[in-house]
Amino acid sequence: MVAQLTSGERRLAIVILVLVAMAGVAMAVAGRADPMGVHGLIVIVCCVGLIYVVLEAFYAPEPSPERLDRYYDDPIKVGIVLSMAWAVFGMFMGVWVAAQLAWPDLAFDAAWSSFGRLRPTHTSGVIFGFGGNGLIAASFHVVQRTSRARLAGQVSPWFVLLGYNLFCVLAVSGYLLGVTQSKEYAEAEWYADAWLVIVWVTYFVLYVATIARRKEPHIYVANWYFMAFILVVAILHIVNNLAVPVSWGHAKSYTIWPGVQDAMVQWWYGHNAVAFFLTAGFLGMLYYYLPVRAQRPIFSYRLSILSFWGITFFYMWAGSHHLHYTALPHWVQTLGMTFSVMLLVPSWASAGNALLTLNGAWHRVRDDATLRFMMAAAVFYGLSTFEGSFMAIRPVNSLSHYTDWTVGHVHAGALGWVALITFGSFYTLVPALWKRERMYSAALVEVHFWLAIAGTLIYAFAMWNSGIIQGLMWRTYTEEGALAYSFVDSLVAMYPYYIARAFGGLLFLLGTVVGCYNMWMTVRAAPLAAVRASDVPVVPAAVPGE
Amino acid sequence: MPEFFHRKIERSAIGFAIAIIAAASVGGIVEIAPLFTIDETVEQAADMRVYTPLELAGRNIYVREGCYACHSQMIRTLRDEVERYGPYSLAVESQYDRPMLWGSKRTGPDLARIGGKYSDFWHVAHLTNPRDVVPESNMPAYRWLARTALKVDDLPLHLAAQRALGVPYTEEMVENAVRDAYGQATPDTGFAAG
Repeated sequence: MVAQLTSGERRLAIVILVLVAMAGVAMAVAGRADPMGVHGLIVIVCCVGLIYVVLEAFYAPEPSPERLDRYYDDPIKVGIVLSMAWAVFGMFMGVWVAAQLAWPDLAFDAAWSSFGRLRPTHTSGVIFGFGGNGLIAASFHVVQRTSRARLAGQVSPWFVLLGYNLFCVLAVSGYLLGVTQSKEYAEAEWYADAWLVIVWVTYFVLYVATIARRKEPHIYVANWYFMAFILVVAILHIVNNLAVPVSWGHAKSYTIWPGVQDAMVQWWYGHNAVAFFLTAGFLGMLYYYLPVRAQRPIFSYRLSILSFWGITFFYMWAGSHHLHYTALPHWVQTLGMTFSVMLLVPSWASAGNALLTLNGAWHRVRDDATLRFMMAAAVFYGLSTFEGSFMAIRPVNSLSHYTDWTVGHVHAGALGWVALITFGSFYTLVPALWKRERMYSAALVEVHFWLAIAGTLIYAFAMWNSGIIQGLMWRTYTEEGALAYSFVDSLVAMYPYYIARAFGGLLFLLGTVVGCYNMWMTVRAAPLAAVRASDVPVVPAAVPGE
Repeated sequence: MPEFFHRKIERSAIGFAIAIIAAASVGGIVEIAPLFTIDETVEQAADMRVYTPLELAGRNIYVREGCYACHSQMIRTLRDEVERYGPYSLAVESQYDRPMLWGSKRTGPDLARIGGKYSDFWHVAHLTNPRDVVPESNMPAYRWLARTALKVDDLPLHLAAQRALGVPYTEEMVENAVRDAYGQATPDTGFAAG
């Protein structure tokens, strides 16, 4: 892979790695009495490892200039591998923390393994590790194919991908060390956040520069979503993470937003991390891989426009529905509720557009588990956006908020929508990128599909039940007008559901492991495919839609 | 007609990016900016004070251990919550909270008004092993907290950072933060004389 870079580009890579390693040295020195020092060492180790990789091929022969006439697929391949590795890690952490709720002694009396520290390693591991790497890989693939142009940089795609993974490593290892802002889904501390800004700006520049090189007059709809994902996540990330560190040698910082304003900024961020990370980015996947796999054009171009701008505009108002009946002013809560309900229109427009695209290809959905992954993802997307709008209605929220219902809702979306569309896309991508005829085993894709569906349903039903029981127990009164149940009563009622939930998560994790094995064997053992026309940018690729 | 317009902006990467930023900015600006300008957002309350250095250090443990994942600190304006946990929370009560710790999930109960309800002895026993005092509890045991010394020497830096953000700590409070913390922790010693 390094051999595909020119000697000048190899030198540039070394320079960048040395600069980042020096930043690591500075962190290790300034933070020697603080967990930040450990992070400095992690940065140094990562950079030294990569320098070794580059140096190994440093004097390899120059690549042929024709490389620029081909698509740049190496970073995509590595992105998929990293994404699956994070999936196994993040989902394992999820099963572990789920089990801790039923058997609290599974923390083994250590600081790093208590629920509060492990829980963000699960959320960051799956959202940023698995989801983020999947999005970077898919966006690199989609933008090249739909623009019929090679990525607009040779070193920068590696910088984006590996720099992003450095952020993930700093975030997750930080939680284990007790380094956290305790801002949900934005727990990483200030220096990791600052690093992510650098990586993300590079990502945006690379993406727009690639689109600018396109041989197609129009920007394909999948790229609208990827652009919205990159841009809005940048805005959210920067605003929510503005903070003053205690000192340059402290990992700890204090956010600039106080109290009620912090709550609003946090949930404006939190809900739109769902919107632009977990929805817009993955809709970008859906709008490319589903029509490609179904071999049908997108059902409606107008519906795509409606849903894209609806999602981009409405979602940003919806965050305050996380703060119903709190000390946040009533008018903001009402706005959040109103826009959350309106969001159902663009959300169902997207889900409907995807499902109607399958008209004429339903026999493929029946026979091809990969396409069925994507179909099921669109169904779960439709279900969980309906559920989300419903839960944002104030009186419904009075019951659901603070309960496991929220957790069930999130996982119906995260497992049923985000993970399924990612697996469907990967099963399409892996044979294409490694130039194989097909996946190693269609039967194993089938096994993965049913494990994932069973896991998701068990999980969601367990949490719906526990959440609603919890919410009702908290508000049940005796005939004398006293609260009928103590908090502990409601906790005792949760135990069977916590066990069921851990089991559902375990099934889902097993499916992921099966997927990893299948992909590994595809790369190693599946028969090679003949070079296809769509493997080169200059030949018109199969572009869906329009 | 709208389709014609859209066909146009679809041809420009930068134009499309600007359109996304414009569409996505409105909601946040309308909902966040007025929270700083409308006076009623945070009520006036006479008896509000900043956290003492020791309280801040304790709050930072709560932050470090991710307690927000299971506990809220926000009693909603609902009858059953007020009867279970106490008067509903006001914005002014978290005006010095960075970050706010309102939470989003109650695997355990709300803690906004837990202060003073149980003795220190109870808390030590509970953190050592929650199941010793609440047999049904699924909270992790925090035995190692008792084995870990609290870092207090950098408390002045913590207070100074908060002060830079507008929390009304005085110069004197920042300077004496360490002594103050020792004094509050050990009220029967010379530190408390201060």
